Order: sequence, then structure tokens, then C-alpha cells
Amino acid sequence: MAAALHFHNVTLGYDRHPAVHHLNGEVARGALVAVIGPNGAGKSTLLRGIVGILRPLDGSIHLGGLDSREIAYLPQSAEIDRSFPISVFDFVGTGLWRGTGLFGGIGKAAREQILRAIASVGLNGFENRPIGTLSGGQMQRILFARVLLQDARLIVLDEPFNAIDSKTTTDLLALVKHWHGEGRTVLAALHDMEMVRNHFAETLVLARGPVAWGSTAEVLTPENLLVAMRMCEAFDDSAAACAADDARSRAA
Amino acid sequence: MLYDALIGPFTEFEFMRRALAAVIALSLAGAPIGVFLMLRRMSLVGDAMAHAILPGAAVGFLLSGLNLFAMTAGGLIAGFAVAILAGLVARSTGLKEDASLATFYLASLALGVTIVSIKGTNIDLLHVLFGNILAMDDQTLLVVAFNATVTLLVLAVIYRPLVIESVDPLFLRTVSRAGGPAHLAFLALVVINLVNGFQALGTLLAVGLMILPAGIARFWSRDLTIMICIAVLAAAVSGYAGLVLSFQTRVPSGPAIILVAAVLYIVSVLFGRVGGVVRQMFPGRHLEA
Repeated sequence: MAAALHFHNVTLGYDRHPAVHHLNGEVARGALVAVIGPNGAGKSTLLRGIVGILRPLDGSIHLGGLDSREIAYLPQSAEIDRSFPISVFDFVGTGLWRGTGLFGGIGKAAREQILRAIASVGLNGFENRPIGTLSGGQMQRILFARVLLQDARLIVLDEPFNAIDSKTTTDLLALVKHWHGEGRTVLAALHDMEMVRNHFAETLVLARGPVAWGSTAEVLTPENLLVAMRMCEAFDDSAAACAADDARSRAA
Repeated sequence: MLYDALIGPFTEFEFMRRALAAVIALSLAGAPIGVFLMLRRMSLVGDAMAHAILPGAAVGFLLSGLNLFAMTAGGLIAGFAVAILAGLVARSTGLKEDASLATFYLASLALGVTIVSIKGTNIDLLHVLFGNILAMDDQTLLVVAFNATVTLLVLAVIYRPLVIESVDPLFLRTVSRAGGPAHLAFLALVVINLVNGFQALGTLLAVGLMILPAGIARFWSRDLTIMICIAVLAAAVSGYAGLVLSFQTRVPSGPAIILVAAVLYIVSVLFGRVGGVVRQMFPGRHLEA
């Protein structure tokens, strides 16, 4: 099957300090992939690199012919300013940007699309509520509603089930599986090992670099998790340039 | 009697009519910009920019007198120079951007005052620092109206990315590259409206007719569109009442306008239906849902 994503020796980070080193591999079109690892492992950094918010320090990420607007990204809700006076309807409606752009109007059909998206995450009647009045779980539901509207072929979810109750988790997980069933490629950064084991066929274990990547049953072993847990890489301004790059250029 | 006090000055004196037209133009353009400054947590950045653009406006003033076009061009150049330099220092040294901006705006203000005081008179300096809306001529009024029109048109163009960037900047970056240009255009609108306010309110108070109405609006609505309408209305009422106050009591017009806005702000803090003090002290019985 053709790749939706191709990582070629990707290093991502900030100010020359890598958060993810030398990642190679492919995500097949239509795959459902969990990205796991301890805090600081580079999961969010990797997802930001995939959606184009962060440029690789080294290497490259190929999107398998996808236009960047065919990617939907669900950020951690901490990144959103919920004090801004915007209604649920308007917030979810931003998911139609691909069709509306700067000036496109929201016609009758688009209004119905937005209302359907809000209803499908169980928030009927919340349309006029300011987002600042929503609970954490409700906020997560409207983020999913926006992803629904984006109708993207590649869906990237950054810790989508953090700090929400089990009912909301079950509902939203059903949506993720529905997207997978429609043949969309889904990548999700997760912490719940049970959920990964039960619902995600493929897993990438990350600890500032790839620890293991493949079938969840083979990858999610105590040994790999221990390696990931022991990850310790201090942020060091006086660190030398990456030796792996030198080795590669010598080999070439 | 009431007619003489409230309407009379405007029917009788042309300079009062020009001043009223100017504050309405300033309100229509400046108040929406102020709402976005406040919501983007940039209120103090607006204040700093008001000082930062002084040298550019001062050079324009010295070359062409109180020509708003020259002052706008000079102000834009100085404003962007300070914003870019402050950003460069912050990024290359690790100094926080607000600290860097504070340093540059203070240096810029000092330079501006020096330029005006070396080449101009004390009256010129007072004029630039505190403004005098009552001395506005037809040509200046046209420039103020033109700047206000440009502001509203540009704001309409960048409105959608500006809103999305304020709420969820990462989302905007994944769907569009409009965020950066929209932010730059917004900064340009801030500078244009600050310079626009120079003639009426002076460099020290120009930001007042942008920020105070925005603060007032925040206490009356949770809806962005309504908030913008309330801010425009509050600015226009402050402008009108300030002009009447200035005419009747000989208080300088700029401070009079801002003082009226400050009174409206205090009333809003006390009685506003969104988070006002009285509302919080006496919330009434709790609702069912």
C-alpha cells in the first residue's frame, strides 16, 4: 500500500536542540498509528513536524502527495485561548476553512454541516455557547467536531483523550475508529497503554528517537517500554554536534 | 438651555463639527482595533507602540508641519523599526520580548521628544504630546477619515485569520499561511490608528480611545461582534461628551475625551453584566441550568 507519510532521517527540535532524532520509516495510507512515549519523548514535536508547524532540523517528511490542507490537526487544548469570545458554532465552523478561505461565506448547506458536526459529537444545543463556558471534555468534543468538518485524509491527534471522562473517551474513540474505517490515515499521541493495545494496530514507541515501530502486539513489550522510560537526554547548550550525522556522512 | 449646552457648540462652531466628525472616524476605526489588542493580550504593546512611533511622526512633523500623511508615513517606519528590532534582540539574546520592547520604546520616545524640542517650539512639543482636536483643519480631517476607511477595509480582509489566530494559532498555521501577514497587517493598523489619534489626543493619549472602549465592551458582552459595536459606541460617546466637556469647561480636549471614557470604564467595572463588581457581589439566585 502507498505511504501516506515517509520519514527520511528526520530530526525535529528547537534552536538546534533535537526533540526527536533520526526517525526513518513510513506510515501506510489508511493506517491507525499510536505514538507513545513518556513526557518529553518528542511526541508533540513529531506531530507538529508532520503538520508543518515545525520544520525539521535535518532530514525530511514527505506527505505522500497530500496537500498540507488535506491534513487535520487536533492540538492539545492547552494551546487554545478559551477566554476569546467565540461561540461553539463559529469555532467549529473554522474547520471549513479549506472551502471558505478568507472571504467565503457560510451558506445554508455549510450551516447544516456545522450543526451536524456539533450534533455528532453529542453537543446539540451548544451552538451559541461561548467556548470559555465549556468543560474540558466538551471542549475536546468540539475539537473533534472541527476535525470532522475538515474532511481530511490524514488526521493527526495530539493527546486527544487527556483528562476526559470514560464516556467522552469512548464516544471520541468511536469517531477515531470510524475515520479509520473510512480509509483515512490517523496518527494519535497517547498515554493509555490499554487503549493502544486494544484499538491501535500499529505503534511507534518514541523516546527522543524511535525505540520501536511496528505491530502493536510486537512493539508494546515491557523491554521497549523500559527503554522508553529510561530516556534521559538533558538539554545542553554546550553539547557537541550530533555524531550520528558525522558517521552518516563518512559512510556516504 | 440643554440644547445650548449639548448641541449648540456643534451648530454654532465649525471647528466643533470638524472635531466631532474626527472623533467619530477615530471611534469607528480605533475601537475595533482596541478590541483585538485587548483580546490578543497586547494592550500594553499598543501603549508602547504609541511611544515608539514618536520619532518617525516627529520627523514627519518637522518636515511638513502637522501633515498627517507625513506623520503617518514616519510613524509607520518608526513603529515597524522598533517592533522588528525588539523582536530581533529578543530572539537572538533570550531577553523577553516585552522587556526588549520597553527598552526600545523608551529610547524611541526620548529620541522623538529630542527631535521635536531641538527643531520645534514648546508649543509644537505640547501639540505632539497632547494633541488638539479643536485645531483640526479640513485636510487633516480628510486624512483621518481616509485612514479610518482603510483600517475598516483592511480589518475586513484580515478579520477571519485574525480571529482564528487569536483563539487557536496552531490550527491556523496548519490550514493557512495567512496568520503571519494578518498579524503584520494588524500591527500596521495599530500604528495607523495611533498616528491618526495624534492630532486629537496626542502621542500620550492616542491609545486611550482604542483601549478604554475595548475594556468597557468586555464588561457588557461575551460576543465578539457585539463587543466591537459596544466599543465603537463607547468611543463615540466619550468623544462627543469629551468635546462638550472641553468646550464648556476649557479642559483640554484630549484629556477630556479620555476622562469621559475612564468614567464609562469605571461604571462598566462596577455595573457591567459580564463580571462587573456589583453583579459578582449580588449575583441573585442560582439558575436551573
